[in-house]
Amino acid sequence: MGRTHVDAVIVGAGWAGSIMAKELTEAGLSVIMLERGPERMTPVEGAYPESIDELRGAVRKRLFQNLSQSTVTIRNTMDQTALPYRQLAAFLPGEGVGGAGLHWSGVHFRVAPEDLRLRSSVIERYGEKFIPEGMNLQDYGVTYAELEPFFDKAEKVFGTSGEAYKVQGKIVGNGNVFSPDRSDNFPLQAMKDTFSASIFRDAAKNAGYHPYALPAANASRQYTNIYGCQMGPCNFCGYCSGYDCYLYSKASPNVNILPALRQDPGFTLIPNAHVLRVDLDSTKTKATGVTYLDTETREETSLSADLVILGAFQFNNVHLMLVSGIGKPYDPVSNTGTVGRNFVYQTITSSRVWLPSSTYTNQFVGAGGAGVAIDDFNSMNFDHGPLGFVGGSPVWVNQAGVKPIAAAIGAGGGGTPRWGSAYKNALINTYKHSLGIDAHGSNMAYRDVYLDLDPTWKDVYGQPLLRMTFTWKDNDIRMNQYVVSRIEPIARAMGATKMNLVHLNAGQPFDTRNYQTTHLGGGAIMGDNPQTSALNRYLQSWDVSNVFVIGSNAFPQGMGYNPTGMVAALAYWAAHHIRTTYLKSPGPLVKA
Amino acid sequence: MKWPLFIACFLGMGLTAEAAAQDSDKAIVEKGRYLAAASDCGACHSVHGQPEYSGGVSFSLPMGKIYSTNITPDPDHGIGRYTEAQFGQALRQGIRRDGATLYPAMPFLSYARLTDSDIHALFVYFRDGVKAVPVSAPKNQIPWPLSIRWPLTFWRWAFAPTPHKAIASTAGEFTDPLLARGAYLVEGPAHCGACHSPRAITMQEKALTAHDGSLYLAGGAPVDGWTPPSLRQENRTGLGRWSEEDIVSFLRTGRSNTGSVFGSMTSAVLHGTQKLTDSDLHAIAHYLKSLPPADQTQTPWTYDPTITDQLHKADLSSRGARIYVDRCAACHRTDGKGYPAVFPALAGNPVMMQSDAMSLVHIVQNGASLPAMTAAPSSITMPAFSHKLTDQQIADVVTFIRHAWGNNAAPVSAEDVRQFSKTMPPPDMADDAVSLN
Repeated sequence: MGRTHVDAVIVGAGWAGSIMAKELTEAGLSVIMLERGPERMTPVEGAYPESIDELRGAVRKRLFQNLSQSTVTIRNTMDQTALPYRQLAAFLPGEGVGGAGLHWSGVHFRVAPEDLRLRSSVIERYGEKFIPEGMNLQDYGVTYAELEPFFDKAEKVFGTSGEAYKVQGKIVGNGNVFSPDRSDNFPLQAMKDTFSASIFRDAAKNAGYHPYALPAANASRQYTNIYGCQMGPCNFCGYCSGYDCYLYSKASPNVNILPALRQDPGFTLIPNAHVLRVDLDSTKTKATGVTYLDTETREETSLSADLVILGAFQFNNVHLMLVSGIGKPYDPVSNTGTVGRNFVYQTITSSRVWLPSSTYTNQFVGAGGAGVAIDDFNSMNFDHGPLGFVGGSPVWVNQAGVKPIAAAIGAGGGGTPRWGSAYKNALINTYKHSLGIDAHGSNMAYRDVYLDLDPTWKDVYGQPLLRMTFTWKDNDIRMNQYVVSRIEPIARAMGATKMNLVHLNAGQPFDTRNYQTTHLGGGAIMGDNPQTSALNRYLQSWDVSNVFVIGSNAFPQGMGYNPTGMVAALAYWAAHHIRTTYLKSPGPLVKA
Repeated sequence: MKWPLFIACFLGMGLTAEAAAQDSDKAIVEKGRYLAAASDCGACHSVHGQPEYSGGVSFSLPMGKIYSTNITPDPDHGIGRYTEAQFGQALRQGIRRDGATLYPAMPFLSYARLTDSDIHALFVYFRDGVKAVPVSAPKNQIPWPLSIRWPLTFWRWAFAPTPHKAIASTAGEFTDPLLARGAYLVEGPAHCGACHSPRAITMQEKALTAHDGSLYLAGGAPVDGWTPPSLRQENRTGLGRWSEEDIVSFLRTGRSNTGSVFGSMTSAVLHGTQKLTDSDLHAIAHYLKSLPPADQTQTPWTYDPTITDQLHKADLSSRGARIYVDRCAACHRTDGKGYPAVFPALAGNPVMMQSDAMSLVHIVQNGASLPAMTAAPSSITMPAFSHKLTDQQIADVVTFIRHAWGNNAAPVSAEDVRQFSKTMPPPDMADDAVSLN
């Protein structure tokens, strides 16, 4: 019995996998996409009103990874013993068709061009000595100009709403003055400002900053994308993050790509298929296919494929590389190897501001991708010289909609009573009259922050868990403190009667118990040097050239922006080079 | 030197002629495939998830349940033993190979209009282009004596036109080639009148062509729990405010700026009209736009913002308004205008204003799903409300919709809703009736 053979097998049915599947079937390849979790169809599971049941959704984590089957272990420093992450809190990986692309909020950024060459940029401006000891600051090996067509394509697939600043060299609108030139406008006009965002816009402008509408993959009106897939318009119901959008207005693989892909006879989607490993030949330089477990029947199946695309969540891609033996595992002691290196996160703190009781912010209203931001403290947009740190944060009011249970749990925030009339008053006051302001910052890579296989803990399939060694470092703590200090005068100008400004404290370790962000990155990064990157600039493994690894695992640093737009552009970028170059002559696209 | 060349040429000619013959066979099969789509054979003879044309679709009639037959070329279970003449007789005259009369669920009164060359193409397609499937459809469940077929023959004699007459009457209606093509498709293969024309007490359609008078396509009796609306130019309840482009878009994708497909029509679009060429869809739309209203009394619909203004002021005093805001407005909006081609407008929508509220009530009770179409791959779902709303609440919200924004249809009572529950069709998502994504 021969193994089933396909031209390409894709691991993971999120954005990365779905984009690659669409591109490769368009190129005429037969494609099987394997998804660990269940099938999810917006017209079925996403139908109103069951889809917006908060208890099932955000509280019981309907769309998220089932940690009882497989998880990661976490420790802060190398001298500690890591323990399994048993309850979803700090970050929320998705599971099921659509992956994290189904439960995300929809903030859809491009990239700050300087972030792609952050090492070069910092050295040019501040000198090499400015980079702290132990920080693995690196360039991506790809430029914004090279990626621009793919950012543009992704926006046209996602139906992104936004306001441009510059299109083809001409200033066209009131968009982000720090944003780079675009070949075309956003496909949809920007989402409307919520009241909270509009007063932030005014206050930031008066303070001399440059507010702009967040680019949102929440459709501001109905839209049909380049695949013929339809979106309905967002009505600010507030159920984006953690939910499948019943209005079809939040972009997801399920709404924006899979309807078209499922009609392609060359495409097969297999849900409930947990990939155990990429199978390699004896030389370990060529993948022969993958082996997966049907999570319902517990039967193992091996597929033969010419091309293997890893498009799973960031750390699952790294895990698969490690358990399959693709590339050399990173060793922080000898500072050798690449797989697991440059594991990064984002440095995010959320502050809350209360306005007078005559002013209604109505926190139940919202859209996950909508809001107003300033980039004045992001990327290389300000002078780091006297501040002495690398990186930055956009600052924004992104009123995504506070759901009832979350509102009741959050109540009045820090230190207010947890019961009785004082609790109720604080809850009501907060729900009606407060707003959140986030510092959504970068996170640098360090020699002793990394991913490897845990020596002790295993998943239900008997494979070692991935181990995270992660904590906050002084550079990023000081960056966060600086940016949060800039929020205070803006909040005062907005008429704050009370503020709860939240920042990291010196020496504060990473705490997994509170949600921070799901924007994990790195671990299998792209670059131009096989000694310091696992992937070349086309996201192709340096070591196994018929394996491409698509996702935020490729980011050398955690950027201030949300990662999905960058992941989508990288997927289209890699797919373009597979289609135009690799398929004609399979092999390394860059000589090592 | 010359001989081999000559021979090569000779052989080449032979091959070319053979290839040409194959090409023309292929062309006939393709023509037949297209006509089968235009005739919507699949809507009745194909079950989702089963081999194409292997039959088994059930039809609930007042006298019992009948099932569509296997029309694949299998000799024992399908129509493999039919000659072309027998095939033509079955399609155009409703006469089975054994001489018995087909139930008029088979629209032979319309197919009577099919030209000989189209019958030939269909015959070749069902012989060479369809895979034989050796399965039989379930037995019809019609109790004796209603199961006796010979009375059907008298019915056929009384009401079925001869093919010769039928072809001549449709072909003679219009001189404009676009209208003539539209008439041929609508009155012939597409058999729109089978559902959309009223029937007499003896069950025959009261009109079979545009020239038979204004009852043609003026709206039919309920089929499977859905009441087919008028396809004539009534302003409120017909296609009076649908542009030609709206009709084309509806037939191609199941959705348009003026409305989305639901109920039994979904499979007609899925198996049939979405596969038609642009020019044929335009011919159909052009022809439908030419049919004057049957009901001449309708005042033109204009948008009335009264209800919208009330809702915007949080005035929920109108009957059903609160339920509408809670359950419907997220997609269809408080102004009733929806989001064209995604969530249909209720304001001015002919289905909302049909005198028979059956379709509207059933959509609310059961929900509705747009399946993936080739040119519009997104399936968009309205959820079911029968387990969330009482009969009274459904009556209230449906009444609200029927009189808001300039709509002017009669109220619906809880008792009406209870009666409609008895004819409630199965939900779209039951037994994979349509493919979602």
